[in-house]
Amino acid sequence: MMMVIRRFEEEAARHYAKGNIGGFLHLYIGQEAIAVAATEVLEDRDYIFQTYRDHGIALARGMPANAAMAELFGKDTGCSRGLGGSMHFFDVERGFLGGWGIVGGHLALAAGTAFKSKYAGEDRVTMCFFGEGSTNIGGFHEAMSLAGLWKLPVVFVCENNQYAMGTPLERTSPLKDLSIKAKGYGMVGDRFEGHDVEVVQERIAEAVARARAGDGPTFVEIQTYRFRGHSMSDPAKYRSRTELEQRKQQDPVALVRERLLGLGVDENALDDIDLEVDEEIDAAVRFADESAPAREEVMMSTVLAPEGDS
Amino acid sequence: MAKIIGLPKLSPTMEEGTLVAWTKKEGDEVDVDDLLAEVETDKATMEFRSFDRGVLLKILVREGETLEPNVPVAIIGKAGEDITDLLAEVAAGTGAATGAAAGAATESESATESVAATESVAGTAAESTAEAAAGEATAREFGGRVISSPLVRRLAREKSIDLGAVQGSGPHGRIVKRDIESYANGVGAVHAGGGERLPPRVVKASSMRRTIARRLTESTQTIPHYYLTIDVDIAPLADARKAMNAELEAVGKKVSLNDLIIKAAAVALRRVPAVNASWIGKEIHYHQVVDISIAVAIDDGLMTPVVRDADRKGVAQIAQEVHDLAARARDKKLELEEMTNGTFSISNLGMFGIEEFTAVINPPEAAILAVGTIRNEPVVEDGTFLTGRRMRFTMSCDHRVIDGATGAKFMAAFKRIVESPLNMLL
Amino acid sequence: MRKLRYREALREAMFEEMERDDRVFLMGEEVGHYQGAYKVSEGLLDKYGERRVIDTPIAEAGFAGVGIGAAMVGLRPIIEFMTWNFSFVAFDQIISNAAKVHQMSAGEIQVPIVFRGPNGAAKQVSSQHSHSAAPFYTHIPGLYVVQPSTARDAKGLLKSAIRSNNPVVFLEGETLYGVAGEVPDEGVEELIPIGESRLARAGADCTIVTWGRPYYTVLAAAEKLAAQGIECEVIDPRTLRPLDTALMVQSLKKTNRCVVVHEHWPYGGPGAEIVDRLQREAFDYLDAPLERVTGLDVPMPYALNLEDTVLPTEERVIDAVKRVSYAK
Repeated sequence: MMMVIRRFEEEAARHYAKGNIGGFLHLYIGQEAIAVAATEVLEDRDYIFQTYRDHGIALARGMPANAAMAELFGKDTGCSRGLGGSMHFFDVERGFLGGWGIVGGHLALAAGTAFKSKYAGEDRVTMCFFGEGSTNIGGFHEAMSLAGLWKLPVVFVCENNQYAMGTPLERTSPLKDLSIKAKGYGMVGDRFEGHDVEVVQERIAEAVARARAGDGPTFVEIQTYRFRGHSMSDPAKYRSRTELEQRKQQDPVALVRERLLGLGVDENALDDIDLEVDEEIDAAVRFADESAPAREEVMMSTVLAPEGDS
Repeated sequence: MAKIIGLPKLSPTMEEGTLVAWTKKEGDEVDVDDLLAEVETDKATMEFRSFDRGVLLKILVREGETLEPNVPVAIIGKAGEDITDLLAEVAAGTGAATGAAAGAATESESATESVAATESVAGTAAESTAEAAAGEATAREFGGRVISSPLVRRLAREKSIDLGAVQGSGPHGRIVKRDIESYANGVGAVHAGGGERLPPRVVKASSMRRTIARRLTESTQTIPHYYLTIDVDIAPLADARKAMNAELEAVGKKVSLNDLIIKAAAVALRRVPAVNASWIGKEIHYHQVVDISIAVAIDDGLMTPVVRDADRKGVAQIAQEVHDLAARARDKKLELEEMTNGTFSISNLGMFGIEEFTAVINPPEAAILAVGTIRNEPVVEDGTFLTGRRMRFTMSCDHRVIDGATGAKFMAAFKRIVESPLNMLL
Repeated sequence: MRKLRYREALREAMFEEMERDDRVFLMGEEVGHYQGAYKVSEGLLDKYGERRVIDTPIAEAGFAGVGIGAAMVGLRPIIEFMTWNFSFVAFDQIISNAAKVHQMSAGEIQVPIVFRGPNGAAKQVSSQHSHSAAPFYTHIPGLYVVQPSTARDAKGLLKSAIRSNNPVVFLEGETLYGVAGEVPDEGVEELIPIGESRLARAGADCTIVTWGRPYYTVLAAAEKLAAQGIECEVIDPRTLRPLDTALMVQSLKKTNRCVVVHEHWPYGGPGAEIVDRLQREAFDYLDAPLERVTGLDVPMPYALNLEDTVLPTEERVIDAVKRVSYAK
């Protein structure tokens, strides 16, 4: 799955450059281990919220690459029928409740779905992803306040990729360890590295278990790194080549491959998987390219929901 | 290549014409000289004939519309030709109409006028700007446009009310609902008694009336008129008429006293040619022909068909021509050239019992003879009272051309001829 | 029919809908133990308990967002803003989330939520607490905006808003809470549809469109005008988005003139929208330009005499009606 995300993002970048994809495009390359580990822990009935950097988690949750790529291409076959684009992937069937475009705006929504679980007595955990940049905006504070106050079954996952767009953490926060913010909201905090998928899985599972047990929310800070700029229009000149190269030593995808080889998995078998992934992504591009464009009648009919049956 | 056809100028004085009826419809083949439409001008209902060959692709004005010369009225071209651009041109008011009229147009005819003529269509666009204009301006100050509310415009359309005749009481003289309602009540109401004062019934003047108004005003304001009246024994001419009609009875014709007067005046003009003249610019034009304009009253105005060379025609021929011209004048079927370029006019109100009157000169002619009724009066002849038949003639003269003595000389010559009809033969 | 105050009518609507549907809950500041800052929610906590009547910290963006999230997955929240002035800190939640997610999700997610609270000037609470919020929210596709003027409309429309599958901005009159009006008897359920205008007073001479607080100013002005021989027809749109102009156009065809009276500022907003639509839909029936009587284009001052000047007055309504009637 990590390979699927990696290849999907690489192809998305290619087609953005070719003009097949418009608007903003935020890539997940370098952070794949987190999405894969987190979705591994969650149940199908659970809810997930993500920021605009949402391709990785959507794919990890099981969204077909076809629907994802078609959305980027602005096609009717896209996961949001061409109405959302890169930043607004939705897959309600799989509990993936959206990529959200306003920093900090979706944290309260996650508290809201968690509120519903509690209100209705349902065993559903909500997991909400956001960047370390979000931890400074009011929306973060208010959502954390309410979730902590009402002990809602939600896990707030801060993917600290070190840069709030172009501004490094030391210039946006007096804290090096963001997880201590959890204390202010009366919830448990945790903090760990995000390049090792097994580590991530293990630690996130603790937070999910806490939520599911009714013991309240957790604030998890996962230290990670994006290998690309903030978005396709960002050359990422604010960080040094050396820093990037150093970080690439901890490529989560390479790490998995290394580990599998160490476990005696046949290299050819791994190569075969890579080839399979290549084919899957190529097919997704073809599918997106050949799909019918987004439709005006869908646009007009989705401004308001139909009334009745309330 | 399709072209815009403008309304031709169908008479030298035509400042506007009403398109009475189209005789071709869209899609019809049109040849050069084919009748396209009938146009009522100040003079008559004229034929509007085509100068072009092709298909009538588009009719741009409705029947009944009054337009200035050169205003686009139709588009002629090849069948199926794309005329979108031409239509846009017309809509923009820049349509350069072609046709004889454009070439013939002189002085005041200009592009701005044709734009102004389409204002009634384009005018509403400027409405809101006018609304916003500050100050208590009158409707006339809005470029002459009638200011009215949208409701009023709709009601006017539905009830065929000419808003030009309605007085507005709203801001800027805007015609509002109550104005058109009281106007409509006034026009439609039967005398209710009860002492209610009805407003005047207001009717838009026809183009003919407006031409009459303009030309006669111009005449009295620019021509120094003076008047000479002479009393004439009409018995000899009446007797001559009787004798002639006895002769003509066999061929079923007859002449009127007026026909004889035309002939007499024509002969007199030959004798005193200084009266058969026109003041044009700084010149006096002495006419070499004697063409007598006859004032003919028609339902809603006046026409002056011309009897050419009246001095050289027999009275019977004059009689026939006058009969024919008068009939066609009443039907508005006169050709333009039949009512222009007279050299002298005669107006007769004798049939109404008018004893004498003064007439207004029909420019560029220099004189008009006003004919009164026959009066039976006692006259003394050889010491005996006899029943005399008398008639008074008053000539209005353009003093720029005809001095008093010259005019008097003409009247004396005329009197001699009338009182001794054989004089006509000399 | 019986008489109820506007506040009581709203309260009844919430009682009835909470009784009817367990998915409905009320959340906001001071809605529970305090019994409502304006006592609209009085008694609800006692009946439905803390599970469904939820006091929040002062965190509009937070609890508005929680409400939207809960609605996204099937609950039917009523979010009370203590006043609409405080909704602006939750503006992003309403605009970027509530109004957008249905379309962003290609119609997969619905947001059946009501945001309600008192709107407009109260008395001498000055500029930050006197906003008439309708223009901000009517601009947004994906929202309904409702502003009832009477107790009956308040109850019937709030019930419809709660049952709606879309986000509803429900603007209550802060000064209207104590105004009594006729409401159907207990046990008689009346759902007033969102998006329908109401004829408030019949008259043949001039149409007045108004809603909210100026509704009562207009009715008083209409009586004075009637004494002078001008009969006004008063129409209350009740819902400002979607806007129902059919009744207004029908009325205009009769009266040929119209004055729109509203509390919000003159620049844009539903007042300007109504004027725009009527001049197009009834153009050929207009005998005079459409006029508006609005709140003056200034931040609300504190001093009472100035506040009275800023809000639409009977005199300004009467003057405008006479102007469009070409009457002295």
